[in-house]
Amino acid sequence: MKEATKITTPLNEEKVIQLKAGDFVNITGYIYAARDAAHKRLFKLIQKGQKLPIELKGQIIFYAGPTPTKPGYSCGSVGPTTSYRMDPYTSTLLNKGLKGMIGKGLRSPEVIESMKKNRAVYFGAIGGTAALISKSIRKSEVVAYEDLGAEAIYKFYVKDFFAIVVIDSSGYNLYETEPPKYSK
Amino acid sequence: MREIKASQIIDKVKELFLKANYHIDPDLLKLLQKTLEEETSPIGEFVLKMIIENNKIASREEVPICQDTGLAVIFIELGQEVRITDGDFAEAINQGVKEAYQEGYLRKSVVDDPVFERKNTKTNTPAIIYTDIVPGDKIKFLVMPKGFGSENMSALGMLKPADGSEGIANFIVEIVKKAGPNPCPPTIIGVGIGGTADRAMVIAKKAITRKIGEPNKNEKYATMEKEILKRINNLGIGPAGLGGNISCLAVHIDYLPTHIAGLPVAVNVCCHAARHAEGIL
Repeated sequence: MKEATKITTPLNEEKVIQLKAGDFVNITGYIYAARDAAHKRLFKLIQKGQKLPIELKGQIIFYAGPTPTKPGYSCGSVGPTTSYRMDPYTSTLLNKGLKGMIGKGLRSPEVIESMKKNRAVYFGAIGGTAALISKSIRKSEVVAYEDLGAEAIYKFYVKDFFAIVVIDSSGYNLYETEPPKYSK
Repeated sequence: MREIKASQIIDKVKELFLKANYHIDPDLLKLLQKTLEEETSPIGEFVLKMIIENNKIASREEVPICQDTGLAVIFIELGQEVRITDGDFAEAINQGVKEAYQEGYLRKSVVDDPVFERKNTKTNTPAIIYTDIVPGDKIKFLVMPKGFGSENMSALGMLKPADGSEGIANFIVEIVKKAGPNPCPPTIIGVGIGGTADRAMVIAKKAITRKIGEPNKNEKYATMEKEILKRINNLGIGPAGLGGNISCLAVHIDYLPTHIAGLPVAVNVCCHAARHAEGIL
């Protein structure tokens, strides 16, 4: 199988446009984890022009809510949640400088257009491999919305977090290009 | 009359939810290994290898297979000779869930009011409990932590009798096609045909937990299962929806008598983990 490209966060336009659909990556650096409820709050703050609890420029958001951390571990099991539920909020975040998203599943045409306009990339982590993925998370802390429990915003320090470029900043989408090769 | 203490129910429910979240069904693990050998897409093979490795890690270290440790669904067969003492039946089940999710480092994924406040209950309760009263003096438990990535792709169709087996197959294949990568393929599809709208959905969910790949005992329904599985795999969705010839591990159909005017068809989608565990008191 192909080699994974090492990338580090934060991302910038130059890094993003080099990533092509189908590339394998190993991500090192800080990423944020946020899902439905946190996205709704961030969206509302942006709409009101208020300050956000986290920096968005150049960042990657991992659509995920981990299990509680077992003693002796740095993080609970954490794989991607299904991304389409964050679609209503995504363009707004991309307009504010978010550069990468890690999730699984389809994205709306509106999100893909916004990715092209804003030069952002969508990575797929493999759903259901949460125990394996957690091995690449070296540090984990809640940085906002602790009251949301499983849906709080986490900051993870990751080392060689494996992901696949599923939709790149030109709009090439593996979910569109690959299944037809195998359909009968 | 056989007495069973509420505390025994708490312990059994707790034990089973922990087991289901850490340990994949051994038959399913074998099937995933076999699927790895049959998958022709390189990326599909890679995905399956990661899934298998993940499941081994989870089992070895007793950590959750998936971060979505699910909504606690439990099917109970309560022997009519059983008398439950020292506590309330439903409360005991919920207490067992609460203890499993607290002590097992499982995620609390339940919100109370689903529309307005959506405040996390912090206990992963209330559980969804289905109880059938049966002859005998035992309590049989079938627990299913149901993740919502797959659950959200489920659907119900109130078909017409004239739609027949072909209409049913078209309906099911269309749902799976529309879901694409979202429910973490390769999936296991539970189908409930007949009964009422609600009953069809319940038997569809339970059908997921049948011994993996075991066909329906009725030959005609078994043939339908095989044909639908083939049609789904011909969609090319593949593991993680990234393209491949295996998109579905099994289609399990269960059916019930229904009304002369009706053909309810319920499709409950499940991911490749299909977590469940059984036990008896």
